[in-house]
Amino acid sequence: MSSKDKKDVDDVTGIDTTGHSWDGIKELNNPLPRWWLWTFYITIIWGIGYTIAYPAWPLINSATSGLLGYSTRGEVAQEIARFEEANADIMAELAVADLETLDQNPELMRFASSAGAAVFRNNCSQCHGSGAAGAVGYPNLLDDDWLWGGDFENIAYTIRHGIRNEEDWDARYSEMTAFDDILSNEEIDAVVQHVLAISGQSHDAALALAGSEIYLDNCAACHGDEGLGNRDLGAPNLANNLWLYGGDPATLEQTIRYSRFGVMPPWGTRLTEAEIRAVTAYVHQLGGGE
Amino acid sequence: MGNYLKLVALGAVALFAAIAASWGRDTAYIVHAIIILGVSGFMFIRVLRQMEEPAMPAPTGYMDDVVRAGVIATTFWGVVGFLVGVVIAFQLAFPQLNFDVLQPYGNFGRLRPLHTSAVIFAFGGNALIISSFYIVQRTCGARLWGGNLGWFVFWGYNLFIVLAATGYLLGSTQSKEYAEPEWYVDIWLTIVWVAFLAAFLGTLFKRQERHIYVANWFLLAFIVTVAMLHIVNNLSIPVSIWGSKSVQVFSGVQDAMVQWWYGHNAVGFFLTAGFLGMMYYFVPKQAGRPIFSYKLSIIHFWALIFLYIWAGPHHLHYTALPDWASTLGMVFSIILWMPSWGGMINGLMTLQGAWDKLRTDPIIRMMVISLAFYGMSTFEGPMMSIRAVNSLSHYTDWTIGHVHSGALGWNGMITFAALYFLTPKLWGRAQMYSMSAINWHFWLATIGIILYAASMWVTGIMEGLMWREVDANGFLVNSFADTVSAKFPMYVVRGLGGVLYLTGGIIMAWNIYMTIRGGVKVTAPVGVPAE
Repeated sequence: MSSKDKKDVDDVTGIDTTGHSWDGIKELNNPLPRWWLWTFYITIIWGIGYTIAYPAWPLINSATSGLLGYSTRGEVAQEIARFEEANADIMAELAVADLETLDQNPELMRFASSAGAAVFRNNCSQCHGSGAAGAVGYPNLLDDDWLWGGDFENIAYTIRHGIRNEEDWDARYSEMTAFDDILSNEEIDAVVQHVLAISGQSHDAALALAGSEIYLDNCAACHGDEGLGNRDLGAPNLANNLWLYGGDPATLEQTIRYSRFGVMPPWGTRLTEAEIRAVTAYVHQLGGGE
Repeated sequence: MGNYLKLVALGAVALFAAIAASWGRDTAYIVHAIIILGVSGFMFIRVLRQMEEPAMPAPTGYMDDVVRAGVIATTFWGVVGFLVGVVIAFQLAFPQLNFDVLQPYGNFGRLRPLHTSAVIFAFGGNALIISSFYIVQRTCGARLWGGNLGWFVFWGYNLFIVLAATGYLLGSTQSKEYAEPEWYVDIWLTIVWVAFLAAFLGTLFKRQERHIYVANWFLLAFIVTVAMLHIVNNLSIPVSIWGSKSVQVFSGVQDAMVQWWYGHNAVGFFLTAGFLGMMYYFVPKQAGRPIFSYKLSIIHFWALIFLYIWAGPHHLHYTALPDWASTLGMVFSIILWMPSWGGMINGLMTLQGAWDKLRTDPIIRMMVISLAFYGMSTFEGPMMSIRAVNSLSHYTDWTIGHVHSGALGWNGMITFAALYFLTPKLWGRAQMYSMSAINWHFWLATIGIILYAASMWVTGIMEGLMWREVDANGFLVNSFADTVSAKFPMYVVRGLGGVLYLTGGIIMAWNIYMTIRGGVKVTAPVGVPAE
């Protein structure tokens, strides 16, 4: 170690070292880089200015609100208000529009379908898919196979009140019986074969014939003698080979034994009238609207 | 006398663990009790067998055997952590890889904390502990304090890793990012950490050199602050002492704020201050040059320590956190930019007079790229803390890219360099078995990081823009699922980047193994210009 009066100079750079050495490591006595120091100062000065302009310093019961009066919630509220103001007239028009004749007003129609598509992406796509093709247990909205009806009025009603939920007393409601305790295993097998037969799938003809009797006694009241379904009850059409849960024998047996109970929430309390009309128009024009 | 006390303590722990194993209320707790029963039983027998042996003379010289064990542990956990990272990267690209037969253990949700903890705490933590031990002994000219305390810290810490990892797989988590282990694992880590602090401080007190070297300031700040963060963020009340579940003391936005005060300073003090400590020793040693500026070390050290601790709220912009706290978090993050860069400048400028080694020494090359990624991440971080930038970047993959350019680039590369520095010295070899394998490792890791970071920038900014995209009337254009499917190609690229990085890690493990086995492969130094 060198003493204070005898300077230790680094040969390569010609700079003094601090005179310490740890396991052979020395330190040069270079000053702070100028640009580094000034940038540091500038960020500090900027920081002081920023905390004066924006809400920053906590006080006893509140915090400084900043000279600009900025708040993150205010920022979002402003942006929403800007669009709401711009859309106010056309929204009001849509809220009372007759959906049946919407296509006669191209401007409103265009607005309604882009608004409806946005409502759909935010609220409906989680279950029905962003392309509205549905999934197992969640109906496909692109085809014309409707459980509760596919005209404007029925689509709007379903959206407004939902299906089998406990929040809305006007929700569409029906409940299929679980036949596990009612029918014997042989009878259930026979009904499965009958449903396979009326939906045009390969089946055991003898069993299906036996099953048709059991079907008429237990199922036809809702699904109809021909299996064409009943929209008043949300009873699916069994004859068109389009399935919500699946049309293979194992899934059909599961459905017959334990029933199904698909739930859709009511949107009347969450969406505005204009939004409901918009998303109704959007779903209606997807392909299956009646 | 000491041995009798040890026997009583170990016996009591084993007995308690046996009771806990039979009364435990959940699988994770029972498995952990069995592990603890096994460990304490083994130690009990070991102490018992040593009872009558004559006392060995106290060893002298540096305590390097624990560092040797740590080199192996770091390498092992590194490869494990990278491997799990590659698996979950591909699980995100191909969700089918969440195979039904592996549920629930092989689910992304359980493997993800396994990956983060394996790389940060197992790989990074072991690297930090052994470099602390190595550096503090060398720069103080003193043997590690506390006899076998170093071994207790090493094995205790690795037991913590095993408990944490098995806990995640068995579904035990307190759901706090980077602080997932449950209450009893947290208590164990606290004990180990206090022992770590004692061993470090004890050695520091015995130092031969009057001044304390800068690396030790950073390492001490890392140890002390991590202890504070760990204890406060894990304040919780167990539902039962026979079960793993606990309830947090804080709730709501206070809990969120404590969590991100912890989370951000895990980055600040574990991954930054701790690794700067490593950098301040290994870079001047490998380059054979003095540290660029003592003044810069002092100023940037104290500025970094003071500023980092306030930056956490930038993780909670546009949430229930009050605006004033979010502003302060952002302002402190931006002022932190230059203090962070002080470390980069001091590291890079230390190569003054040794730049030619970049051509011949792949270890120096790793150190330089590590410092470059450090500089880039510590610029990107303050930028992302700006509210307007954060409103685009938050919750997107940009954050993931940012973390990985720091973790893979800075922490990973400096750790690889440290391992390549330490291995030949600790096992008495002239140099690593294969210098060209180090060069391969360097390029594989570098290209891997670039693929990773670039794909995450692209996908992060893309999804941020897609989320906020509205049409002329203010209606959202994309559904969330649209943004997920748009990310697919970048997820595949990210996975490939991970494969390259993992391959580099495996090459390193092989190289370290061959070096330990002995026999240096003699080849021309890498990159020697043609004569």
